[in-house]
Amino acid sequence: MFKWKTISLSTLLLSVFMLSGCNIKVLNPQGPVAEDQFQLILWSLGFMLFIVLVVFSAFTIILVRYRDRPGHQNHDPEQEGNKWLELLWTVIPIIIIICLAVPTVRTIYALEDPPKQSKDQEPLTVRVVSSDWKWIFVYPEQGIETVNYLNIPADVPIKFRLTSAGSMSSLWIPSLGGQEYAMAGMMTQLILEADHPGTYVGKNANFNGKLFQKMKFNVHAMTREDFQAWAEKVKKNAPKLTKEQYLNILEPGVSAKKTFSSTHLSFVNHVKEPDFAVKHTEILPPH
Amino acid sequence: MNHHVDHFFVKGDPMIYAADLMIIMTTLAVIFVLTYYKKWKWLWNEWLTTVDHKKIGIMYIIAAVLMMFRGGVDALLMRAQLTVPNEDFLDPQHYNEIFTTHGTIMILFMAMPFIIGLMNVAVPLQIGARDVAFPYLNALSFWSFFTAAMLFNLSFVIGGSPDAGWTAYAPLAEPELDPGVGQNFYLLSLQISGFSTLATGINFFVTILKMRAPGMSMMKLPIFSWSILVTSAIIIFAFPILAIALALMTFDRLFGAHFFTLTGEGLPMMWANLFWLWGHPEVYIVILPAFGVFSEVISTFSKKRLFGYKAMVWSMVLIGFLSLIVWVHHFFTMGAGPDVNSFFSISTMAIAIPTGVKIFNWLGTMFRGRIQFTTPMLWSLAFIPCFTIGGITGVMLAMAAADYQYHNSYFLVAHFHFVLISGTVFGCIAGLLYWYPKMFGHMLNEKIGKWAFWLFVPGFLICFLPMFFLGLDGMTRRVYTFSNSHWTDLNVIASIGAALMGIGFMVLVYNMIWSARYGKRDKTGDPWDGRTLEWATPTPIPHYNFALIPRIKRLDEFWYVKQNNEPSVLRSLPVSKLKPIHMPNSSGRPFVMSWLFFIVGFAAVFYVYWVAALALIGVLVCMGLRSFEIDDGHYVSVEEIKRTEKNRIKEA
Ligand code: HEM
Ligand SMILES: [Cu+2]
Ligand SMILES: [Cu+2]
Repeated sequence: MFKWKTISLSTLLLSVFMLSGCNIKVLNPQGPVAEDQFQLILWSLGFMLFIVLVVFSAFTIILVRYRDRPGHQNHDPEQEGNKWLELLWTVIPIIIIICLAVPTVRTIYALEDPPKQSKDQEPLTVRVVSSDWKWIFVYPEQGIETVNYLNIPADVPIKFRLTSAGSMSSLWIPSLGGQEYAMAGMMTQLILEADHPGTYVGKNANFNGKLFQKMKFNVHAMTREDFQAWAEKVKKNAPKLTKEQYLNILEPGVSAKKTFSSTHLSFVNHVKEPDFAVKHTEILPPH
Repeated sequence: MNHHVDHFFVKGDPMIYAADLMIIMTTLAVIFVLTYYKKWKWLWNEWLTTVDHKKIGIMYIIAAVLMMFRGGVDALLMRAQLTVPNEDFLDPQHYNEIFTTHGTIMILFMAMPFIIGLMNVAVPLQIGARDVAFPYLNALSFWSFFTAAMLFNLSFVIGGSPDAGWTAYAPLAEPELDPGVGQNFYLLSLQISGFSTLATGINFFVTILKMRAPGMSMMKLPIFSWSILVTSAIIIFAFPILAIALALMTFDRLFGAHFFTLTGEGLPMMWANLFWLWGHPEVYIVILPAFGVFSEVISTFSKKRLFGYKAMVWSMVLIGFLSLIVWVHHFFTMGAGPDVNSFFSISTMAIAIPTGVKIFNWLGTMFRGRIQFTTPMLWSLAFIPCFTIGGITGVMLAMAAADYQYHNSYFLVAHFHFVLISGTVFGCIAGLLYWYPKMFGHMLNEKIGKWAFWLFVPGFLICFLPMFFLGLDGMTRRVYTFSNSHWTDLNVIASIGAALMGIGFMVLVYNMIWSARYGKRDKTGDPWDGRTLEWATPTPIPHYNFALIPRIKRLDEFWYVKQNNEPSVLRSLPVSKLKPIHMPNSSGRPFVMSWLFFIVGFAAVFYVYWVAALALIGVLVCMGLRSFEIDDGHYVSVEEIKRTEKNRIKEA
């Protein structure tokens, strides 16, 4: 009786997963980096399903055949082991691990550089500062800065250079590819790319205190021309970023979207001054 | 630091007032019952001062079950908060405190003591010893773990709970970003219980190496004891790292040092390294003993030898070694570079090989067996498919380039619950059910036990399977609420599963209460027809365990003695061979010392150093007294042995 309940329940569960499976972000890559990672995931899933199939069927068959019941036969209480069987189930996993390790290492190295398909594109550098609890994006080449939203050209690799003004966070845009930590006093790098215009969700994946969950932003991928036009408009129309304003942004708390026609790099480099925010802003009072 | 005194009692939340009330009521109830039934003396003599490994084991397990309740309530609160989008049942601060205490309690104050409890109960019996190598130290270990757990739990109502996650990453956990006292509770209680665990590791390492019955060579050691030996070795390597990491952060917080701070050239990332250098081995510390339990249970209830005993032993040794060199897989995305990530990626995947060998050896043990579906066996069986899912998702996480997409997401949450719950928790429950008649002298009700199982295990799957998909859709761990309505269905399902697990747990506990009164009493001492030495002792087990120490000729000695009707002291005792038995004395000092530790910790949390110093002096005085004490233990007379063993005595 329990068996049937379990089976019907798991079918129900499975169908829910299938239905929601159609638009799962990581499984629907919107750029070459996420695509590479997705391919690796698919590759591993194949092997994993194979292992599940083998273990689950062996398990079921053994449970049914060797359960204690009247007239039970084939009992061999002294069976100690079997050299060949044990060798078999050592060697096959080793082979599987090799099959997984090779593409893994290859992808690890590949993700260090801009995707092959856009080799001819000059990457766009975006410097990212995470501050409790908002994201600050600097476009050094354009000389502009935004808070809590990110505009990027599609089909161009984006080279994020990440650091933090306080706690450690992690920049993650699941549709475009995997994450990287942003840490005070350090600079890390993450390369992502969108292969067509669209809007994606970016977030902080690493818990960093009270309003962690609010550290989300939208990524707008647009055509190169639109991006150019936007950057120029910002440069012309948006206000300059003053030091006061910047310190205000660094205060712990959430922030609205903001746009500036200059950057904070002229008065602080968080990589060299990890304690800048701690020294210049108010510490949160104990709750 | 007076400002902390203003915040001494946590105020403003009805849940906390309820907890205050409950603590007071429970304390009063306990005092009343003990006084009314005149049980104070009994409590002191039989339990608080005992150095008997069996009683210490039972106390560990009781504490662990209580902590499982506390951690479980935390879990249900979290699931309640995460059932539907934009819930505001808990505010973010409260949610952060709850998942921090949940994680910390489950790993350090539930899983660890549960396993240490089982090893206390079973290991000395399995190896034919009369106690552990250092019984006094063992009592000290238990009491200091217990007081540390109390210190940690107290933070809920006094001072405020830690809120930086059980990983306590710097700089978030440093005073600059986390000025309350909650994090101090974390540091000091983990420090105290860490010392206790280290002492236990050393104690059991020595016990297993030095106190085996004559003839029991390493390759005749029961597999559970082997798992504890490997675990103890990992403890001895890993726990000093934790002690150092905690001490450094304590200096930062209490005395203004700058080891991991943002200011003063601190190195926040160093914390992550030190934490996981301990933390990864720690997960193997809680999984290997569970592997040991499953091996014993599956072999006993398949009525068959363990398949590939040698391979099982070597794979545990290999897993133990590998567990020490894979810690970086917890931060592949910290920019260490492709060489480092490749190395740790491959070394992590390699752990799957010995683990796979073990899975197939368990299947091999059941192959051609005669499988009995008792409750301990059911939990062990459920472990196999569930842990396979946990294991393969672990391999997926180990593939660094793919992990960039899983890291810090619910995919990870699902993975570690699959391994921790189906591995450690099922293992602890299986072990508890298996050794229950040995510990308490009666059986548990199998029917109620099966209800608990069939509520808990499907509940577990319903709760955690959906989380894999939530993670792949971008839901990050530790969010206090979500606004994406696509995630509602899966979250509702997960919460239903959590509720089922909660009910399953209650049924499990109910079974113990029911069976204490009505459960079938066991007089044989060997109700499962077991294979290893613990089943050769009478029930209740005399405090000296074995009146005569057996000589061991093969693995599963007791099983073959029974099978072949061989004459052996495992079956009957020749009276002429009985001699007085030397046993250690009880002592109240471990209990006193541990509460002094508690005071040291509590005072330091609130920066009241003179109290901490006084209590520390008290600890030192206790140690001094011990070192001048002449305590040769005592002898159990032959008369008493005869009285205790009258059913098994053979006149010669
Ligand atoms: C009723 C059973 C349980 C439920 C419903 C449950 C649920 C949860 C949830 C919702 C989280 C928060 C995830 C996040 O937001 O990061 C969590 C975290 C965690 N759980 Fe459990 N849990 C259960 C049992 C356990 C057990 C038995 C263990 C350990 C043996 C455990 C260990 C952990 C750990 C280590 C974390 C991470 C904490 C952190 O993020 O700091 N859980 N659990
Ligand atoms: Cu760093
Ligand atoms: Cu790990």
